[in-house]
Amino acid sequence: MTFLGMPTAPRGVGQLRQEVPFPVAAARALDDSQLRRNLGHATSTIRAKRAAAVAEVADWQELRAAGAAIKDDVLAHLDRYLLQLEEQVTARGGTVHWAADANEANQIVTGLIRATGQRHVVKVKSMATQEIGLNEALAAAGIEATETDLAELIVQLGHDRPSHILVPAIHRNRNQIRDIFLREMPDAPAGLSDEPAELAAAARAHLRRKFLAAQVAISGANFAIAETGTLAVVESEGNGRMCLTLPRTLITVMGIEKILPAWRDLEVFLQLLPRSSTAERMNPYTSMWAGAVEGQDFHLVLLDNGRTATLADPRGRAALRCIRCSACLNVCPVYERTGGHAYGSVYPGPIGAVLSPQLTGVADNPDLPFASSLCGACFEVCPVAIDIPAMLVHLRSRVVDDKREHHHGPTPEAAAMRGLAWTMSDARRWTWALRAGHAGRLFGRRYGRIRHLPGPLAAWTSSRDLPRPPRQTFRDWWRAERPGEDGA
Amino acid sequence: MSSREEMLARIRAATADIGAVPEAPRRYTPAGCGPGEADEALVGRFEERASDYRATVRRCRAAEAAQVIADAVTARGAERIGVPRGFPAEWSALLPGAVPDDPPLDVAALDALDGVVTTCAVAIAETGTIVLDTGPGQGSRAFTLVPDYHLAVVRTGQIVGAVPDAVAALDPARPLTWISGPSATSDIELRRVEGVHGPRTLDIVIVAD
Repeated sequence: MTFLGMPTAPRGVGQLRQEVPFPVAAARALDDSQLRRNLGHATSTIRAKRAAAVAEVADWQELRAAGAAIKDDVLAHLDRYLLQLEEQVTARGGTVHWAADANEANQIVTGLIRATGQRHVVKVKSMATQEIGLNEALAAAGIEATETDLAELIVQLGHDRPSHILVPAIHRNRNQIRDIFLREMPDAPAGLSDEPAELAAAARAHLRRKFLAAQVAISGANFAIAETGTLAVVESEGNGRMCLTLPRTLITVMGIEKILPAWRDLEVFLQLLPRSSTAERMNPYTSMWAGAVEGQDFHLVLLDNGRTATLADPRGRAALRCIRCSACLNVCPVYERTGGHAYGSVYPGPIGAVLSPQLTGVADNPDLPFASSLCGACFEVCPVAIDIPAMLVHLRSRVVDDKREHHHGPTPEAAAMRGLAWTMSDARRWTWALRAGHAGRLFGRRYGRIRHLPGPLAAWTSSRDLPRPPRQTFRDWWRAERPGEDGA
Repeated sequence: MSSREEMLARIRAATADIGAVPEAPRRYTPAGCGPGEADEALVGRFEERASDYRATVRRCRAAEAAQVIADAVTARGAERIGVPRGFPAEWSALLPGAVPDDPPLDVAALDALDGVVTTCAVAIAETGTIVLDTGPGQGSRAFTLVPDYHLAVVRTGQIVGAVPDAVAALDPARPLTWISGPSATSDIELRRVEGVHGPRTLDIVIVAD
């Protein structure tokens, strides 16, 4: 089943697709013991903190239920809420732009910056602009974009890619960060140590002049209130406030699903988001503004880029509830071991495994729905109760359907399943097949377990043992135990 | 068709199967303790929670406010202190080096200050948060951002119970800055470090109404 007529995020722009298959990328990541140490350390720290921050809230489950229901209402009436938001932002002096995909969003933003005559912009960390590859598009247009979030700066200076939604440099430890700063930051103090406080101070000094001189800033948005036109950016360092406040021109790029219907809804989400993401009662800074304020020019770019294709799948659309807290990454046993780069997309971890294939279409990210043990920890911590395991299973079936549609002849799995169905649909065939399993006793004689199967079956035993078939099948044993009671 | 029409058409097609959506269940704790209703326990909770995030909190009676504010500023070694329009004169009376933000100081002038004093719009006990809405006594958004030190004065009557109370008390049309402690980052090994781009030092003075 495909969702007809709904364009997905275009190829050749942005960062939503696997370059190498997940199993290959994951195997590479698993070989990097430094990466595994860094990730294990960071994710276990944040897991414990989040659990404590959430345990403090007696009505957490009620907040979660409200958060999920409010987002479902947004998705059901998205057209109406977007028009309301547009009307409010426009009435308050802002300009609203609609971008059907990454290319159009990049063109709009490039055009707006060109109109200011500026060649340099400062950026607040934003998943949407990472997704569309805005920095690369700006560079191609001769515009330099400086990332101002500490972790994004580490990634940018390290010529690296983000590996986590909240902490893009989670794969780096303090030592590696110091080395990057000393190598890439011309104004880094010579005796810089690897103390986090000193590293943060170096970033402050490096970015301060850029903030004070910046004329154009680009941000994302955490929430946009349809009823009032209010936008909200949630952050910690103050780089967000610098970018949102000081430059003359502010351009905000926002996925269309970021809307909340009413001002009052923030009372739910400002409780859910900080405790789920940084495990704080409240993040240090939240900025809110409606339209053009304090003499600024304000532009809001509403981005589709595969979101309407996601919305069209009744069993996949709940992925659009996501508020990008990253709690699911931190609890995921797969993410904890492979890290974010293995997923290929800017959205890694469990939410990435359900969101990326929907934004691009499953054919372009066919491994991601399988990059999970379906343990369910992600569903449990999700502040908007996205049933990620159920969605993964659904997307696995979409991947299989897609392969069937686009491949000539049956896949090996399909052939095997059809053979199995034929065998199991007849009692005599089934009994015969079970007895034939005796042949398997040829293997595993030495250890009592089968460690290596031959031919294509070797894929199964490459990561697990198989029990040796018993001497007697259950049915033969039953017949011997209870002669005359044969039901078969 | 414009992208606007195209996107709206896609959304309508994508959601055509969705029937009526039930109203969101709001069984969580609703707004309960609004402005002017804080008792001693709630003020104490605000003090404790704001301190948890490394703000330095002092409490005083109205008559002592000018002295407590001047002492706090002096203790930070700050001399040039920006004072916004509408900041009560009786609170800034003893500030040694007051610089009036009237007409508003530009970014370079703000950068040359040691710090600023402001009032606030609302404070939240549960989370230790203060919210500024650029109203009288609060200055522009840049005013409380560029200087490295911020002292905020909170009247006990401005302290509300929890996030829903603050949302109910605030005006969504005004530029709002929610502040919970000094600027911080957890970007290095997910360990919290206070003091990045926003003011690295936050003092809060709670004045009894």
